[in-house]
This record gives sequence, C-alpha cells and structure tokens, in this order.
Amino acid sequence: MSQVPNNPIIRWIEYRLPIFGFVNHQLVDYPTPRNLNYWWNFGSLAGIALVIQIVTGIVLAMYYTPSGNDAFDSIQQIMRNVNYGWMLRYIHLNGSSMFFAVVYIHLFRGLYYGSYKNPREILWWMGLVILLLMMATAFMGYVLPWGQMSFWAATVITNLFTAIPVVGDAITTWLWGGFVVGEPLLKRFYSLHYLLPFVIVGAVFVHLWALHVHKSNNPLGIDMKGPQDALPFHPYYTIKDLFGLGIFLLLFAVIVFFAPEYLALPINNEPANSLVTPPHIVPEWYFLPFYAILRALPNKLGGVALTALSLVVLFALPWLDTSKVRSARFRPIYKQVFWLLLIDVIVLGWVGANPPMGKFILIGRLATAYYFLHFLVIIPLVGKLERPRPLPESIATPVLKGDAAKGGVS
Amino acid sequence: MRGMARTATAALMAVGITVLAGVAVAAEGTALKSHDWPFEGVFGRFDQAALQRGYQVYRDVCSACHSVRFLTFRNLEGIGFGADRVKALAATFEVEDGPNDEGDMFSRPGRPSDPLPKPFPNPQAARAANGGALPPDLSLIAVAREGGPNYIFSILTGYQDAPADFELTDGKNYNPYFPGHQIGMPEPLFDEAVDYADGTKATVDQMAGDVAQFLAWASEPTMVERKRIGIKVVLFLLVLTGLLYASKRKVWSKIKSH
Repeated sequence: MSQVPNNPIIRWIEYRLPIFGFVNHQLVDYPTPRNLNYWWNFGSLAGIALVIQIVTGIVLAMYYTPSGNDAFDSIQQIMRNVNYGWMLRYIHLNGSSMFFAVVYIHLFRGLYYGSYKNPREILWWMGLVILLLMMATAFMGYVLPWGQMSFWAATVITNLFTAIPVVGDAITTWLWGGFVVGEPLLKRFYSLHYLLPFVIVGAVFVHLWALHVHKSNNPLGIDMKGPQDALPFHPYYTIKDLFGLGIFLLLFAVIVFFAPEYLALPINNEPANSLVTPPHIVPEWYFLPFYAILRALPNKLGGVALTALSLVVLFALPWLDTSKVRSARFRPIYKQVFWLLLIDVIVLGWVGANPPMGKFILIGRLATAYYFLHFLVIIPLVGKLERPRPLPESIATPVLKGDAAKGGVS
Repeated sequence: MRGMARTATAALMAVGITVLAGVAVAAEGTALKSHDWPFEGVFGRFDQAALQRGYQVYRDVCSACHSVRFLTFRNLEGIGFGADRVKALAATFEVEDGPNDEGDMFSRPGRPSDPLPKPFPNPQAARAANGGALPPDLSLIAVAREGGPNYIFSILTGYQDAPADFELTDGKNYNPYFPGHQIGMPEPLFDEAVDYADGTKATVDQMAGDVAQFLAWASEPTMVERKRIGIKVVLFLLVLTGLLYASKRKVWSKIKSH
C-alpha cells in the first residue's frame, strides 16, 4: 500500500489530500513492537468506550429534559416509553464504569511498564488530562438524572469550592448560578456534559499524536531498534484488539442486560429532595479512592488541596522516578512497590465507600499517607538504590529466542 | 511469574471493584426476609397471575394512599390484561381534563393512555391526610430501596409490637425493617384483606409477595425484554469473540512458532 495507488480516483484524491497514505502510515503499516501483551489492549478499548458513550449520549440527549421539575421524569420516560430507551440508558450508565475501569487498567499498565518515561512524558500528561476531563464529565453526567444522590453529590462537590480562601463563596455562587444547588446548575452541567466529551476527543488525538511519534512502549521497556523488532499494526494488532474488544463487550453486555443497577445506588431512583439528606453520600466507585483522600484531613481546604495534589504527583511522576529502566520486569524492588500502590489505592477506595467514622478515619489517613509516600519518597529512592536486572539486547532477541534453531520466522 | 502477576492483577481489580460496589451501602438494622422471586436470574420471568393479584392488592389496599405515577392503564397490558379489559378498566375511573374551548376543566372517563389515578392531588394533601407522613410514590420503590422486593415484602409482613424499651412516637408503628424502626404507615395487610379474583387464599404473606412482585414489575416493565435480548446478545458475542480469537491465532501463527 505504500507504493503509488493504482485506482485513478484514489490517486486523484491522494495527490490533493494524502489521506490514504496517512491511514496506511498510522493504522496499517504503523510499526508496533512485536512483543505487546494483552495489557496493551486497553488503550484502544478506552477509545471505543468513549465512542459508545458519545453515541448513546447523543441519542439520550434527544429525550432528556434538563429542568429541576422534569429531569427525573424524563429519565423514566426514556426507560419506559422510548423504544429501547432502557437499553441506551443502561449502556450509557454502565458505560461510564466500563470506561473508567479500562482507563484505570491502562494507567496502571503505564505505571508497571514505565510508559511515562522519556520520551513519553507528554503522552503521559495527555493521558492524565483525559482522565481529568473524564472525571469532570462523569460527575456532571451523574447529576443529570436529578435523583437524590445526583443532587447531594452536586451539593457536596460544588461546596468544595467554598474552601478557597477569600473568594470561595463568590466562586461557588457563580458556579451555582444562584445561592443554592438548583436548576441553573443542572442546566449548565447538561451543557458542559455535552461539550466535554468532544474536548476529550480532541485530547485523545493529541495523545495519539504523541504516541505515534515514539510509538508504543512494550513489556521489555526497551526501544525498537529496527524492523525485526516491529510488526505492522494491521493485521497483527487490529485482530488482537478486536479479540480484546469481544471480551470487553461480553462483560459489558452481561452488566447491561443482567445487572444494570448493580453499580448504581438505589437512592438515586428517588427524585432530588433538598430537604432530606441521604444517610451516606458516596460517589460512584471510580471516585472512591479520591473521596477517601478528600476526607483524610479534618480541614476542608486541606482535603481539597491533598486531592488535587494526588493528581499533580502523577503529572510529576516522570521526574520523580529516577530510574532509567522502564519496565518493572527488570526492576525487582519497583515491581514490589507497584503492587503495594495498587493495594493502597484499593484500600483507599474501600475507605471512600464507608462513612468517615471509627477505624476508617485512621485507615484512610494511613492509606493517604502511603499514597504520597509512594510517589514522593519511595519512587525517587528506589530508582537510586535498586540494581536493575540486565536488559535484553533487543526486543527481537528474547521474543525469538529458541526460534533461531528452527530457522527463525518472518 | 508473568502469568502469576497477570492473574493477581485481574483478581485484585475484580475484588476491588466488587468490594467497592458492595460496601458502598452497608446494610443497617435487621436483615431483610428473603423470598424466592420468579423474576430473579438470567432466565427469570414475572409470574403473570401473581402480577395480576399484586395489582389487585395495590388497587384495593395501597392505592388509598400511594400513587404509581409512572404507570398508565395501557401499561397493564404488560401484566396480561387484554386491550379491551384495559379500556374498560380505564373507563371506570373519572379523569379531570381540560381546559376545554370555554376554558373550563371537565371530567371524562379514563382512557388507556391516562396514568393510574393518584389518591391525593398534591404532597401537602397527602401529608395532611396521613398525620404528617408522606406516602411515597411506588413506581420505583422496588429499585429505590436497598433489597428491592425483599424490602417491600419485609416491611409488609414485619409489623410487630414495639419492644418494651422502645419509645414509639404517637401515631407511628413499630417495624424493625424500616430505617429507625418507626413507620407512619399502619399495618396495611390482614388475612383476607382482598378477595382474589382467581380464588387464591389471601394470606398476608401471599398478598405481600404478590404486591412486591407487582411493584418490581412496575419499577421496570421492560425487565423481561431486557433479559431476553441480553441472552441473544451474549450468545452472539460469544460466537463472535470465538471467531475473533481463532482469527487472531491464525494471523499470529505466522509470527510466533511457540
């Protein structure tokens, strides 16, 4: 396909807009490390999850009414009286959980294999920007059904802005469009919930642009040194991604069709009521670790600052990590602390799901402290103290080991 | 090692997500009674006879105080009422409509597209008639309470005398399954409270089970359709994923010989 195309129409277009060459270069011939494992499926899955959210969201927006009196009822109209409306809504509702699950796995894969290191720092940053945009979008989307938890989540989270010294109250009033959480807030959240996914699409393109400059990292964490280390993206990784997509859709379908309310809180099926506060205000599972950090300090401003810092350290990670070796496979100590971090984040999530009382206060504080200890102390030290195992000569060497005797392949 | 690490990650993720979701709302107070519902599970279906009996319990007992505002008469075709029966049933209710060309409200017989009639014109009237307590709308009650139909069943069959050391507020009733154990609703069901059209003996447990099933249906009338489509979708995806896996093996066989 890299030669001059035969078809005169394609040749005519290609001369004016080299789109076929572009697609060929970026998606077909695109050289990809030959040793990627299934953890590398999650990037394309995240892209597909985004598309699923946008498509179902656009259709849902045709029926949804962003008004304090009608929002809740319009969701029930979608569930009951729109053809397959229940399916669209359950896909969109659970699609956000699927999207976050995939993105978190993608992020931890990056942590394990050192995908954030030189020269992929901006690629890593764009990924984090996408995560932040996703969090904003998901939160605003959660408010739209205007159920009890929608309303109180909006109240709790927007109230965080009051923690800002001096101008906090003014900013919060400005965000609310009034003096209480109500219809003006719902309307602007709806508008932004429709806008931000397209901003995410833009950020995804920058993410991919940066990716395609230095290409994918790989489980060995060493660079591709020549064509013997690479495979064309198509058909090898298109088919591998499609198989992964099949598994993803299976899981997704099982949740949508057989347990669509499993991840939802029953109380959000009650209309918003500003006079009745739910006994426990908890966010969706994908925010729980951050929610635990938010509540780790007895001071509101401190909690907000700590939560912001928990994301900032991720941006700084390429410089906090002093090791030149990317993959944890060759870093015996880092490999251990990686798992400790994962466990710590799960503990944070568990604490976030529970009311801040008794043992949860202490556990939450310890887990929060460990989170920062990991990034600010352990990671810089391990990079200095650890003796990495020797890196292989090239990607092809370990992948093809044992093949040489049989005459190799290609 | 790699295999182990992979399995460990997968397991941790799975455990994490399950724990987070499960722990989100830890159950409080008395454990709910559990009941065998025919609509549970992948192949679960509603029992149409129970739904019709449940509707009768709702109409004869619950509807005195509780609305089901998201149900219309025509929705009752979903519990096995024929179109003619729905039309006749709707016509037995008077519905306020209007304004007409003269600007006046008027009443007319109900139509299948009308919502089931509400017992009170507004929440204030409902509170005034119920000692200050607001009887909740029941359209979504089976999905808006932890435990769903088991919760409904437990509340309806769970009335007891208050323990000696419990201070019961005047006008409230003791029910260990209700948060705070004091409920405004007086015990609604007694043996033979309804006269079942199909001759089933109307015990409290029978009526509570029937009306809980009816309300589970009312909260998601599309549930059976959802599961039916889900089975087809999952079967399709299993075949598709199998084919994709075979294709992946075929394509990669040229690369990896081991």
